[in-house]
Amino acid sequence: MTDLAGGNVQEINSIHTSDEARARLAKRYRAEGNFKWLGRSAIGVSVAFLLLLLSSVVSQGIPAFTFNFAQLPFQLNAETLGTDGSDANALKKADYDGLVRNTIRGEFPHVTSRKGKRLLGGILSSGAPVYLRQQVLDDPSLVGGTKTPEVPISDFADLYLKGQITPSSYVDGGANLTFALDDKSYSIVADQPVFTDQLKAAKARLAVQAASLRDEQAGQLRSAAKLEGDIVAYKERLAAGPEADVKERLEKSLEKTEEDLKLVRVRIEQLASKADELDARIANDGLGETLTADMPSALLYVGGGVLKLTSVTNSTATAEAYMPVAEDLSAAAPSDWRLRNMEVVEANRKFSDQEIVWTDELVERGYIRNGFNSIFFSRGASREPEMAGVWGAVVGSALTLIVTLALSFPLGVAAAIYLEEFAPKNRWTTLIEVNINNLAAVPSIVFGLLGLAVFLNYFELDRSAPYVGGMVLALMTLPTIIIASRAALRAVPPSIREAALGIGASRLQTVTHHVLPLAMPGILTGTIIGMAQALGETAPLLMIGMVAFVVDVPAAFSDPATVLPVQIFMWADFPEPAFQQRTSAAIMVLLGFLIAMNAIAVVLRKKFERRW
Amino acid sequence: MQFWLTLLVVLLVAGGLFYTGRSRAFAITGGDATVLHSKPEFHGGMVLIAGLLPAIFVYVAWLVFYRYFADSSVTAQLATELSGLTALEQESFLRGAFNLANGQNVGNVSDAELKAIEAYRAFNGAANLILQLVLAALVLGGGFLAWRQISISFRARQFVEGTVSVALIAASGVAILTTLGIVLSLIFESLNFFQKVPFFDFLFGTHWSPQSAFEGAGSEASERNSEVFGAIPIFAGTLLITTIAILVAAPIGLMSAIYLSDYATPKFRAVAKPILEILAGIPTVVYGFFAALTVAPFFRNAGEGIGLSVSSESALAAGLVMGIMIIPFVSSLSDDVINSVPQSLRDGSSGLGATKSETIRRVILPAALPGIVSALMLAISRAIGETMIVVMAAGLSANLTINPLEAVTTVTVQIVTLLVGDQEFDSAKTLAAFALGLVLFCVTLMLNVIALRVIQKYREQYD
Repeated sequence: MTDLAGGNVQEINSIHTSDEARARLAKRYRAEGNFKWLGRSAIGVSVAFLLLLLSSVVSQGIPAFTFNFAQLPFQLNAETLGTDGSDANALKKADYDGLVRNTIRGEFPHVTSRKGKRLLGGILSSGAPVYLRQQVLDDPSLVGGTKTPEVPISDFADLYLKGQITPSSYVDGGANLTFALDDKSYSIVADQPVFTDQLKAAKARLAVQAASLRDEQAGQLRSAAKLEGDIVAYKERLAAGPEADVKERLEKSLEKTEEDLKLVRVRIEQLASKADELDARIANDGLGETLTADMPSALLYVGGGVLKLTSVTNSTATAEAYMPVAEDLSAAAPSDWRLRNMEVVEANRKFSDQEIVWTDELVERGYIRNGFNSIFFSRGASREPEMAGVWGAVVGSALTLIVTLALSFPLGVAAAIYLEEFAPKNRWTTLIEVNINNLAAVPSIVFGLLGLAVFLNYFELDRSAPYVGGMVLALMTLPTIIIASRAALRAVPPSIREAALGIGASRLQTVTHHVLPLAMPGILTGTIIGMAQALGETAPLLMIGMVAFVVDVPAAFSDPATVLPVQIFMWADFPEPAFQQRTSAAIMVLLGFLIAMNAIAVVLRKKFERRW
Repeated sequence: MQFWLTLLVVLLVAGGLFYTGRSRAFAITGGDATVLHSKPEFHGGMVLIAGLLPAIFVYVAWLVFYRYFADSSVTAQLATELSGLTALEQESFLRGAFNLANGQNVGNVSDAELKAIEAYRAFNGAANLILQLVLAALVLGGGFLAWRQISISFRARQFVEGTVSVALIAASGVAILTTLGIVLSLIFESLNFFQKVPFFDFLFGTHWSPQSAFEGAGSEASERNSEVFGAIPIFAGTLLITTIAILVAAPIGLMSAIYLSDYATPKFRAVAKPILEILAGIPTVVYGFFAALTVAPFFRNAGEGIGLSVSSESALAAGLVMGIMIIPFVSSLSDDVINSVPQSLRDGSSGLGATKSETIRRVILPAALPGIVSALMLAISRAIGETMIVVMAAGLSANLTINPLEAVTTVTVQIVTLLVGDQEFDSAKTLAAFALGLVLFCVTLMLNVIALRVIQKYREQYD
């Protein structure tokens, strides 16, 4: 018996100790590890997405919080404005456009061409006159005073000053230069090959062009081959002696194809000769090149001015003046000049070298002040990114939320009290409960459709008005508030109610004097979360026309308004990079409000939460 | 301004009524309030309710029926001018005149319009006066009647509490009213739409381009018009994007839930859960911005890099971001379900020597399956109804394709594009949005009802 038993034990043990068993166990543990790793990486993925989202928003949005203003010497006096500042109406009507234009032109008197003047005016925002006027109206003592008001510069000038237009690098001079002025163009001769880099870059660009020509040529060659094949096929079929009408058609096709082939061959010739020509230019190092807008540009800082290179060879160049240089400039020692290479080619940016030079000059003269972007936080929408602000949308959101809160909080709490404290268990209350649960899951856009059909179309309330938006959002948040309030009321233990009833309170008194105050922190938490949801909601408000382009900051519940998320939605569509930054900044503002609201909810919960 | 003034007047009147009632109750006791059946505050409340409630009802009724009265009064006065117009023209004429009458400046208008405007203004003037008199009479009359009732034995508390209970019931009825409003408005506008476009052409048509139906779509529904309202490509697009979203959200959300409920230390849980909740709290418009400006260009460039042509409004980008959005939704719902699987099942499985992952895969997941399925159904319903991500990142043109690299459009995108801007409520284009809304509402409602049912049944099973 014992032997048998012993053998059995051994046998059983061998199930767990054999190599096979060990391998099986190891496999199972591996599976365990893999599974755990999978779970961890799932959370990792979520966190990574969150970080990616936030970091992309923040990194784009941060630059929009500061802005560069120009403090130009505006001549605000009776002569330029036509009034001494005592007459508010005349101040309102004065020619600020002309004043701004003349002031910036006064800074660069050498700009005489019409095109140049327009380009120069574009360095300041087109909203600068309006902004200036506002300041003068707010503070008429500026007229004739010594203070310099500031105006916004254009969005691209601002981006340039923030270093987001193009990186550039300076190269110190390495040779003696001699200059000769010929009409408006300077011929520059160096005693060393100092322009080699520019020439190389230009040739590199030519190589790209040549390559694309060769590509096109290859394509044409392929179509030529195809056409030749077609011709052969047509000829074969003709040789087979087809019927008359088919023959006629074939001949026609053949003729047309031969014609096409000829054209293609001509095109191939052209492409080939162009490409060859480019290749020859690339190969010939000594040959100079004209610098076009799709080649990296170079600026020469010399003699107190700036020259832009228009063509280069290894040691000579021609250039035109972007800022005037000393009139008697004829030679420069290696230490007297330097070259600035722009990395992004001019054709790929919206801010030309000329504008860069002018903007630099304004900075050098101390006219540019970088500061907090007060425009963004004090104005309504605008088509000009530098004049666009988020304040109008913030006020619109606030007005809308006030209406939402005023409607949904009392209604929601009342409904919750009824359902939790008074409602008998019957069909009607079950219907209401099922209803509320389903309403909570109805897509928000459907509430927008409801608002559109009922509030706007049937009752003919105002489009784009915060009070209508507030009503729609109130209907949307109502289920959230009811559900949260019911949970809070349910958490109050029955002993409280029994005690109150026991000392003679009515049921309503029990609720209002005892249960409701105890449930209030929970109800408020739920309400705040509901409000945060409403603050972030966009779709239903699109339906009731809160996408209007509203320049003025709304002041009443019936003024046309937009809200923060809708503003974000509208700005996201604008192509200007400055608008992209402002969109991100507006998102940061929105997220800021949401974080604040949720933080309040968390604090409320932590501070007043009671476990019974 | 006027709003705040009105509010102030109402508050003053309310305060006055309350104070009058309360002091009268005090007065009749001769200083000892305990002899009253109800506390003086209840008497004040009764006077307040009796004074204000009828007036509020009359005012609301006035708001609702005001246009009807105004229009019929003006129509009666302008019988000759309006006789030559059809009902529709009359309506639009009256609407125009009404807006002008309430606006500030009257520009160039015809004589008939001028007459209508004057009629409206005259009506407004007279009606406002009458309304104010009626309201004042109601407040004073109601207040006085209640005031006379005040006596030592009067059961004012019962009156106030009864009214409040009715108000509570009414408040809970708002939810029903909302649902009713949604269903009725969607159904009515959809019925209008289906008079112009046959129901089956809409539901099973494969060509959708309502913009081309713009001309003439309002007045007459020609056959050509009904052919551009085939919604199949939109449904297919919605399905495609939703599928992608669920393929992203389901595994990640489920695995997160499993890890958080069965593996994570309390410390890890305390950090990871709020992070997932942040993901849920981010407004959808932010996700849309992220999808349109970061994810979509990334996919396009990546596609270019390996020689694929990816649309810049690809379904993939929109679906992926939507998936991220519903991860927390899936994970918190599944977390609930997994946690409600009784501990005894886990213990039993461990006792048999199963590893944790074996317990989860062989015991917990099968036990929680109904709950998880309904969680996924809720997630699908959420994804179908999601608007901003697809409006910003998905396409506008309705392509019938299952290639996730191409641009497709969805139900919500079409609703938004059809309705943003000026609408006319008699054009098929506008009404089509309501038909789509009805489909959306029905589908999400169905998913929700089934899912909630399943979850409920499943909870009962283990309770």
